[in-house]
Amino acid sequence: MQRTPLYAAHQKLGGKLIEFGGWEMPVQYTSITDEHLAVRQAAGLFDISHMGEVLVSGPGAEGFLNRTLTNDARKLAPGQGQYTLMCNERGGVIDDLYAYRLAGQEYLLIINASRIGDDVAWLEKQLAAFPRRSEVKLENTSDATGALAVQGPRVVEFIDGCFQGPSTGGTIVAQVSDLKKNQIARFGYGGDTIWISRTGYTGEDGFEVVAPAGIIEAIWNQLLSAGQPHGLKPAGLGARDTLRTEVCYPLYGHELDENTTPIEAGVGFFVALDKGDFNGRSVLAEQKAKGPAKKLVAFKMTDRSAPPRPHYAIWSTGPGAAKIGEVVSGTQSPSLGIGIGMGYVPAAFAKTNTPIEIEIRGKRAPAILVPKPIYRKPD
Amino acid sequence: MANIPSDLKYAKTHEWVRVSGDVATVGITDHAQHELTDVVFVELPDVGRQIKAGESCAVVESVKTANDIYSPVSGQITEVNPAVVANPALVNTEPYAGGWFYKIKLSQPAELNALLGPEQYQAQIGGA
Repeated sequence: MQRTPLYAAHQKLGGKLIEFGGWEMPVQYTSITDEHLAVRQAAGLFDISHMGEVLVSGPGAEGFLNRTLTNDARKLAPGQGQYTLMCNERGGVIDDLYAYRLAGQEYLLIINASRIGDDVAWLEKQLAAFPRRSEVKLENTSDATGALAVQGPRVVEFIDGCFQGPSTGGTIVAQVSDLKKNQIARFGYGGDTIWISRTGYTGEDGFEVVAPAGIIEAIWNQLLSAGQPHGLKPAGLGARDTLRTEVCYPLYGHELDENTTPIEAGVGFFVALDKGDFNGRSVLAEQKAKGPAKKLVAFKMTDRSAPPRPHYAIWSTGPGAAKIGEVVSGTQSPSLGIGIGMGYVPAAFAKTNTPIEIEIRGKRAPAILVPKPIYRKPD
Repeated sequence: MANIPSDLKYAKTHEWVRVSGDVATVGITDHAQHELTDVVFVELPDVGRQIKAGESCAVVESVKTANDIYSPVSGQITEVNPAVVANPALVNTEPYAGGWFYKIKLSQPAELNALLGPEQYQAQIGGA
């Protein structure tokens, strides 16, 4: 198993370490529920150094990214990022990721830890066939780079005290909390440079910090001590999963895989059919026009039950009740106190308020299809 | 350090037994709840059910996993704990008190001799 530069920090905090995508990571420090609620109510600090960072630069970079990713990179001003997907020729998802334009011809891709090898191999293969390949430089900087996410409504109370403004690249701001959602900026940190974006995977306000591996522990410690008086807790992968499930963010390997398209997964908004040709375009265009055969739905259990979990069967109800699909993500929702999840069903069944049943260890428990996101912040 | 009360007997699979006459109360240990962390659901056997020692008779689910509970003793279930069904977190906060699972009228009291004492259970779980 690989270890991130924050391994010692996790041990010091008593993190319970498990294997995730080939990495030894903390699933929790105290309790998944506590850490989840800390993020919703105050702040949580996550190690995301296992994720991958790929730099794509040069005059041909924008064209190359528009050929290999589904969203439109031309929409990105310097200092802006977008959620996007990388598809194969069948429209199946190789990875979902964030693409940031750092400067005119410089892009940073943040990719899933479990897909670093596959993504880099695919990008290199695509580049080899790209007509303007001599104008594109691809650099996998994952091993040299650390990252963390600090998420929650109280992060803005302490984050500016940890980083010296103004920014020196990307979006120019006087201080970190001036960044708008999806913006990214470069800051100095000691003698190094780091990138901070206003993005996250929890459904809360927050920031993600990308920094050289050698200094990420110092940044972690500084955020921890600055944030603790404001309720900041270190949070592990367990809470990361319950948080993203509540807001229906996809997790690669669950909602997305090489045999599932962005249209089926309900993220067609991030597929720009009008930007010119890209891998998978023809399949995705047809699905957008005709509708996909299967659709990702979100559901809530309607009675107290054991939590729904991935691979549990989804059943229709009434006469002719039958197994119609499978859960891809499921958990007990710490915010809602009930079981929630997502799964794929035939498009005809994918209407909200449709009653369904989830087969949990041999017994069918009642649930109902709900709109996404399952959890919404009270206004 | 896990709490291991000296007046209880223990199974290798981390259940505890409190005996009173010919009725035993069963739950899971502090060590077990610590490993599971956030218990979100408990499924208990029906009252009246006949159980054999070693038989799976309950399920404890945490956020991450579902775990079978094996009855340390044979007999008939006389009572189950509605409080732990309504509030599964009791397994974490009071594993030996409010988090008890069921009471069972012992059909083979000699089975208690095969269970572990507190020191033996401590040895099994190590210094945790």
